[in-house]
Amino acid sequence: MNTKTAHELHSLLAAKKVSSVELTESVFERIEKVEDRVRAYVTLTKEKALQAARKADEKVKKGETLSPLEGIPIALKDNLCTKGTLTTCSSKILANYIPPYNATIIEKLQKIGAVPTGKTNLDEFAMGSSTENSGFHPTHNPWDLNRVPGGSSGGSAAAVAADECILALGSDTGGSIRQPAAFCGVVGLKPTYGRVSRYGLVAFASSLDQIGPLTKDVTDCAILLNAISGHDPKDSTSADLPVPDHRKALVNDAKRFRLGLITELTGKGIDEQVVKAVREAARKLESLGAIVEEVSLPTFEYAVAAYYLIAPAEASSNLARYDGVKYGHRSQEGSDLINMYYNTRREGFGPEVKRRIMLGTYALSAGYYDAYYLKALKVRQLIKEDFDKAFQRFDVLLSPTAPSVSFKIGEKTADPLSMYLSDIATIPVNLAGLPAISLPCGFAEDLPIGLQLIGEAFAEEKLLQVAYTYEQNTEWHKRKPGL
Amino acid sequence: MKYETVIGLEIHAQLLTESKMFCSCSTRFGAKPNTNICPVCTGQPGVLPVVNKKAIELAIKSALALNCRIEHRSVFARKNYFYPDLPKNFQISQFELPLATKGYLDLKLNGGKKRIGITRVHLEEDAGKLVHKGAARIMGATESLVDYNRTGTPLMEIVSEPDLRSPQEAKLFMEALQHLLQFIGVCDAKMEEGSLRCDANISIRPAGQIKFGVKTEVKNMNSFKAVEKALLAEEKRHREVLTEGGTILQETRFFDDITDTTTGMRSKEYSHDYRYFPEPDLVPVMPGQNWIEGIKKGIGELPEHKSERFKKDLELSAADAEFLISSPALALFFEECLKLYPKAKILANWIMGDLTAYLNANNLTIEKVDLSPAALTDMLKEIDKGTISGKIAKTILTEMLKTGKTVKDIIKEQGLTQISDEGALLKIAEEVIKNNPKQVEEYKAGKHTLIMFLVGQVMKLSKGRAQPEAVQKLLREKLI
Repeated sequence: MNTKTAHELHSLLAAKKVSSVELTESVFERIEKVEDRVRAYVTLTKEKALQAARKADEKVKKGETLSPLEGIPIALKDNLCTKGTLTTCSSKILANYIPPYNATIIEKLQKIGAVPTGKTNLDEFAMGSSTENSGFHPTHNPWDLNRVPGGSSGGSAAAVAADECILALGSDTGGSIRQPAAFCGVVGLKPTYGRVSRYGLVAFASSLDQIGPLTKDVTDCAILLNAISGHDPKDSTSADLPVPDHRKALVNDAKRFRLGLITELTGKGIDEQVVKAVREAARKLESLGAIVEEVSLPTFEYAVAAYYLIAPAEASSNLARYDGVKYGHRSQEGSDLINMYYNTRREGFGPEVKRRIMLGTYALSAGYYDAYYLKALKVRQLIKEDFDKAFQRFDVLLSPTAPSVSFKIGEKTADPLSMYLSDIATIPVNLAGLPAISLPCGFAEDLPIGLQLIGEAFAEEKLLQVAYTYEQNTEWHKRKPGL
Repeated sequence: MKYETVIGLEIHAQLLTESKMFCSCSTRFGAKPNTNICPVCTGQPGVLPVVNKKAIELAIKSALALNCRIEHRSVFARKNYFYPDLPKNFQISQFELPLATKGYLDLKLNGGKKRIGITRVHLEEDAGKLVHKGAARIMGATESLVDYNRTGTPLMEIVSEPDLRSPQEAKLFMEALQHLLQFIGVCDAKMEEGSLRCDANISIRPAGQIKFGVKTEVKNMNSFKAVEKALLAEEKRHREVLTEGGTILQETRFFDDITDTTTGMRSKEYSHDYRYFPEPDLVPVMPGQNWIEGIKKGIGELPEHKSERFKKDLELSAADAEFLISSPALALFFEECLKLYPKAKILANWIMGDLTAYLNANNLTIEKVDLSPAALTDMLKEIDKGTISGKIAKTILTEMLKTGKTVKDIIKEQGLTQISDEGALLKIAEEVIKNNPKQVEEYKAGKHTLIMFLVGQVMKLSKGRAQPEAVQKLLREKLI
């Protein structure tokens, strides 16, 4: 039961073939069975899940109709604030933090009756590409337990892939939904910046962060996107635009779609098998009526450099509040204010978080601001313009989601730069604030490969239509890891 | 050597909004510690700020009153520094692109005007309040507690040009600014309560030199008097240091109200690289022209213009005009009265005389007393009609202020109408003539000033209800 998708389960619940409690129990049985190997979760919320499940079953009993996600178990990345439930960001500094409020999307999910299974592991404060930077424990890739699930939403991606939930939410600042989706063989979408409220998403880099779905197929992705999208008066950067019904985009037809295969991401520096799979996917779409051409985005090579100035700069400020004064960890060492700050932050933050705080603080410092931060903003603008130009010719751009398949645990931890480069294909999208989806497009040595589709701002429907068409005409998404 | 003093001020004014700058918590003063707080203003993980439109409106209103240019696009920025009264460890402020720039405020100085430039007006959020045990400041304290009630209260920062040339001018500037902000209703502007605060940059230079001297920043001045005293002390210190051949260190100095001296603050407490950058959680402020025009209309006439008009059009003295514009409520009251009773000078005399005396004696202000413009002017009309005397009117006004009754009711209840009945008046006059034969005799012998004594006697007997002019006329006729 737990291996099915949300839309399949919705029909079964509505037809009274299964109950939400049974479904939820089956998910927790699965968790019991595999979680000690996968370690996707930080906190499990079985009681809350069963409570929500019973409510959904009550409704069915009374003959009321269920909304699409009602009674469906969903896992939540542990940087989404949940009132009354630990929200740790996988950081020791927030190991004891229980938010006094709900994120806007959590309110939305509660209102529609989704069943929260628990909070999933991430790279501390979403900083990383392998979930190895978790302050608690790494998460393992269900396809190969010696490998990383990607990051930072590695817990959510692994939980979906291992059927430890039906679907999940992640957050994506530089690829943190899409890259783990690719590594774990699931579907992951980063919506347009402003499509989903960030209120209650613990900020990493505010101008780049966006919440999005991780699901077993494209249909579930559209359903979850519908549930979380929309303007929020509590988030000034959320777009006050009408939200379409994304399910209407689920049409098996790619005819006349103009697709641009990104030259810079299908050549040097990208694993050959990955390039091969992506090119085959392009050909497949061509055979389904799409028009595929190559497109060059020359400023892409500066994207990672610009990102590693902008994101840490914002992070250095966003993470200043973790100081031991109000909540979270407070060091017992030191007898004055300054030493409380020093020791609290020294003990509470892991090495990658410290590295980025230092990078960002440096980039914003007097005398360096213009040379680093401002220049990075200019690069960001150029990347946007490159995209604008490309979208004059194309509806959707194609690339691999990541330059390789999942790597071994520990393989890149000693080399931050090579770790940073694993987001080379996803980072430009965040810098430009665009939507992008990753979906399975093949395997290399039994490890999934992700295809990234990039769209114009608020053109999620186009992405979903192309992705759905590809999915309907391929079998990749049906494969399951042999856990 | 003769030195010239140069002063520029940085003023913080708490705006009179119901709710905080970036959340909906109340800004009410005096609540129990940490009761007016929420996830946003305590800097919980994941929260986002939302701009209070009313705060922007009040800041624009102030900027317009200060003759500033309202920028069509201004941007909030983060000012990063660690301090426990700042829950996010950054303050949302404005930096490169403030709300308004390039204004001025005119000071009345030596019978003339001096124009002080306003560099900028911008918006930011206030910090919380720390209470320490064992020391005055957090350094050295054995325990410190923080109250976040004030955190996030809208603050408007006003920066002046270095146009002030003495501590006295600085004090005058603060007083003029207070008056203006109170008049347009954007701020309580009470320095003692902290709703108006000011830091000062001061330097001195040899007279005639164009280049500025090295400046110091003076903090902790909690009254107008303290502004003047602190700057006098700092000015003196600069002179002494330079006269002795020393150099002034650019630093922040803390004013001690008890010793009247300034002391340098520890560099650990006050050496910051604020690492400003645009606040990514907020969008730029872009006030539309219509909105600005609407706010402009809402300001109405500024006190300075009002005072000019009172002098010119109403022929009031400068002192009268200044008095009447000393508070917006008083000016409004006066003008409402004027609509009902156009004799400006008489009106001004009553407001500044008996009315103000009553308010002062009872520690009241015009808006707190139950007296409508109609009530006051009805009374003045009764005097003009001759129903009551000016003297009786004084008693009646007090009664009106105490009870809120109308002039007509009081006259009726207490029988205070003037005796206009000739017969009744004649009777009293005859009695007075009879009882004062000596004075009558002397009057008749040519000592005409005694008529006033006799009038006084009639007034006394009539308990003030007679009209003095009529009594005098009657007595003269009787004593021919």
